[in-house]
Formats: sequence, structure tokens, C-alpha cells
Amino acid sequence: MSRVSRPLKLLFFVLLVRPLVLIVLGLNIVNRNKLPTQGPAIIAANHNSHLDTMVLMSLMPLRVLHKVRPVAAADYFLKNRWRAWFSLNAIGIIPLARRGRMDRETLFEGCRSALANGDILILFPEGSRGKAEQMQPLKRGLFHLASAEPDVPVIPVVMHGLGRALPKGDPILVPFNCDVAIGDPLPLSEDGKEFITAVEEAFQRQLNECLTWGNTGA
Amino acid sequence: MIWNDLPTSAISALGGVFALLVIASAVSITLKQMRPDKNYLELRQRVRSWWLMIALVFAALLMGKGASTVFFAFLSFLALKEFLSIVPTRLTDRRVLLWLYLAIPIHYYWVYAEWYGMFIIFIPVYLFLFIPTRMLLVGETDGFIRSAASYHWAAMTTVFCLSHIAYLLVLPASVNPAGGAIGLVLYLLFLTQFNDVAQYIWGKTLGKRKIAPLISPNKTWGGFLGGLFTTMVAAALLAEHLTPLNWLEGLIAGAIIAPAGFIGDLTMSAVKRDLKIKDTSQLIPGHGGILDRLDSLIYASPLFFHYLYYLKY
Repeated sequence: MSRVSRPLKLLFFVLLVRPLVLIVLGLNIVNRNKLPTQGPAIIAANHNSHLDTMVLMSLMPLRVLHKVRPVAAADYFLKNRWRAWFSLNAIGIIPLARRGRMDRETLFEGCRSALANGDILILFPEGSRGKAEQMQPLKRGLFHLASAEPDVPVIPVVMHGLGRALPKGDPILVPFNCDVAIGDPLPLSEDGKEFITAVEEAFQRQLNECLTWGNTGA
Repeated sequence: MIWNDLPTSAISALGGVFALLVIASAVSITLKQMRPDKNYLELRQRVRSWWLMIALVFAALLMGKGASTVFFAFLSFLALKEFLSIVPTRLTDRRVLLWLYLAIPIHYYWVYAEWYGMFIIFIPVYLFLFIPTRMLLVGETDGFIRSAASYHWAAMTTVFCLSHIAYLLVLPASVNPAGGAIGLVLYLLFLTQFNDVAQYIWGKTLGKRKIAPLISPNKTWGGFLGGLFTTMVAAALLAEHLTPLNWLEGLIAGAIIAPAGFIGDLTMSAVKRDLKIKDTSQLIPGHGGILDRLDSLIYASPLFFHYLYYLKY
């Protein structure tokens, strides 16, 4: 799995992503100190835009950047050769098959071996980006992964405003300040439904802490 | 670099501001050592941010016309972005907002080219008419008037009003041998920020009657009048060194800048109350957002500019 090119990833983030996030966007961060900077850990975030991953990764200290691995849809990010090369080498995604039936063991193999390696996973439990600035029902995958790795902390992160800056299906980036609210590690639960409800409640709480919350006029 | 043709009074003004910064740092360090039990984090952050902001402004001013114009255009960009991020916008208007951003380089080009006529009508007339036109192409009528009004208000405050600071730099230098191009900007920036601080200190010491309890409960008549008095005196004293104004005209400039800054501050407070937020962003540690810092300049800059322009240019 260690195809990630450390210098390439570092250059990409230092020269392109960080200036973009700092100048073109601009972040209001709530509880930055709660962001895990040591693996293994799972960051569970809401998903509105391709910028979500870039913003989360730009918050990470450069020394652990190579350890940060977004879990991303194989059908989208490995679609063609160039996109696949870039996703795997410059960003270091862990591809996940969204379609087709397969048992959980194989599905989460990549995630679990990365966690065993001490990586920090970025996971979007909504499954896809959805409509701009609207939360979708959460999928169960996060629960299954968290149950299989009970010692790994799951930290909920809510981002707001990125769906305004670069929504799904529109290639034009419009500058906006965005919010990132980081919460406390989620308690593990026996029951999948209960766990997912806890995640949803944490997301809602953190969304209320966002400075620009309520201004998308949707 | 315009170092060589910088008038001595402008150099003294830069030195004076640095002296004030040193005093502010000394006070904040002494306070921390005398009362270690109290938390002075915000004060220290504030002072540190002041150092950085003033260093940036001075660097831009000293690098000459081109760099200063780019610097103030960038300030407008940050302020516009902050405003559009806190105010409700329709998702369908993303492309309209992109035009607002594009208006910044165009508008500041008129400043750079010293095309006064275009500078003065571009945003109030052309952009004002263009925004709804572009919105017609979107075709969404729900919230049309409200959105068009917010967008134009955003451009007027964060781009048009603020850009008057930059236009001070391109006014003919021959009219102002005392302070040179940057003298006017230093005069305006210093008095506006000085008035904010003076108002705050007067308010703390003898402020009792609230002046606008529904909008900003911390503002008092004592603070406002004390600030006005102090700013007028400072404006009269500095006028002949930095501007073509005599002491009496400077006194009146102070009487314009102080209330204008006060109203700018209150206006942004009203906006924040409307949106139920405390700060406009976290950009400047200890201060809040860039709009929290620029609010008084939004009103003071065009009013001071046109007073000066009417009298001397």
C-alpha cells in the first residue's frame, strides 16, 4: 500500500493546497487541538465537496502528512490512469469499492492494514458528496470499521461552506471562508443504529458551533 | 522604492507609530508580570496582531504605487470574501459572486490608472446595474431583491469604500509637499484606529449613558464624545505635517473621521447582530475578522477623501 510518494505529496500540499486553502478559502476552526496528529485514528467528516479532503489534510502538521489517508471511492478516483496515479501517489487515498457485493473482511482490508501501520484515516460516512450543504443519511461502514478496531479513536469533524465554494458537479471554485469544527472522540457502541445516531448528533452539535452556519440560504 | 523622496514628516510618522507599538508591547508585558493571576492572552494577541498588521501596511506603502494598490485590492478581497461568507447567499448565485470578485482587480485598475471618473462610478453605477443583470441569467426569482441588495452592499462597503484609501496614494503629490503620497494614508489610518482606541479608553473611564443599547451595549456617550475630542485634537496637530490641510481644516477632518468611524463600527455590529455572530471570522488573532478591524475605515475613508478632495484637489 505504500505507493504514496512523500516528496510529491509534501510539494503538492505546501505549494498548492495550503496556499489555496489559506488565501482563496480561509478557515474558521473550532477546537483545533482536538484534531488527532498521531495514528492510528479515524477522522469521520461530513462530505460536500472535493475540497473537504484538501482542507482536512492542510490542517495536519507536515511531519505526519504522509500518514494521512483519505478513504475514497474506487469507482470514481481510479476511473482513469491519470486520476488513479494522482490519487494514489500525491494524495495517498485508500480506494474503497462502493459497488458490488463483497464480504466486510475484503472491503476494509486496505483501511485496516493502514490503521495497523499507524495511519490517520479520513472517512466520509455519508458515502458521497451529495447536494451542496445538505447532510445525507450516514452509511453503516464507519460502524463496522470502528467495531473491528475498538482501540482506534473516531473523531467527528464537521465542515461548513465548502459546498458553496466547490459543490458537486460544478468545476468553478468561488472563494468563501469555511468552518471546521472538531469534536470529541465518539464512544463505541454495540448497536450499529445507536452508533450512527451518536455520529449524527455529534455532527449536528458541531454544525451549530460553525461561524457561518445558517447562511447558505438553501 | 520611494524611500528617497519620502518627506521627513512621513518618516517621523512611521517612527511614531513604531514607538506606540513598543509602548503597547511594554504595557502588555508589564501587566502580565505584575498580575500573573489574570489572563491577558487576548491583549497580548491583539498587540502582536497590531505589529503584524502595521508591518504589512508600512511595507506595502514603502514599496510604491503598484505594490500598495495590490495590497489594498487584496484587503478588499479578504473583506469581500468575509462578508459574502457570513451573509446569506443563494447557492444558485455562485457565478454572480464570482463577478463581484472579478470587480476588485478592475476597480483597482482605475485607481492605479488614476482614472478618477471611472473610479467613482464603476461600482455605484456599472456594477450596481450589472449584478441584477447577471442574476436574470440565473433565472431564480426567490430572494432576488434581497440577494441583489446584499451583493451590492458587499461591493460598496468592502471594495468601493475601502479603495478610497488607495486613491489617496495617487492624488498629485505636488499638492502635499509636507506629507507626500503616504502622508494622507498614514493620517487617515492613524486617526481612525486612534479614535477606536480613544473611544474605548474614554468609555472605560467615564462612559455611563449607553449610546446605542440595542446595537452595541458597550458604546457610551462618554466614549463617543471623548473619542471625538481626542481625535479632533490629534487631527489638528498632525494636519500640517502629513496633509495639505491647515490646523483648522484638520480639526474638521477629525470631526468627520471620529463619528464616521463610530458609525462604521456600529453598522458592522448591527450586521453581526442580525446574523447572530460575534466575530466576522478568526483571521486576526485577538481582533476577530478583517471586517471587525476595517469597519470604521469603511465609513471614514470615503468621507475623509471627499472632504479633502473638495478642499484641495
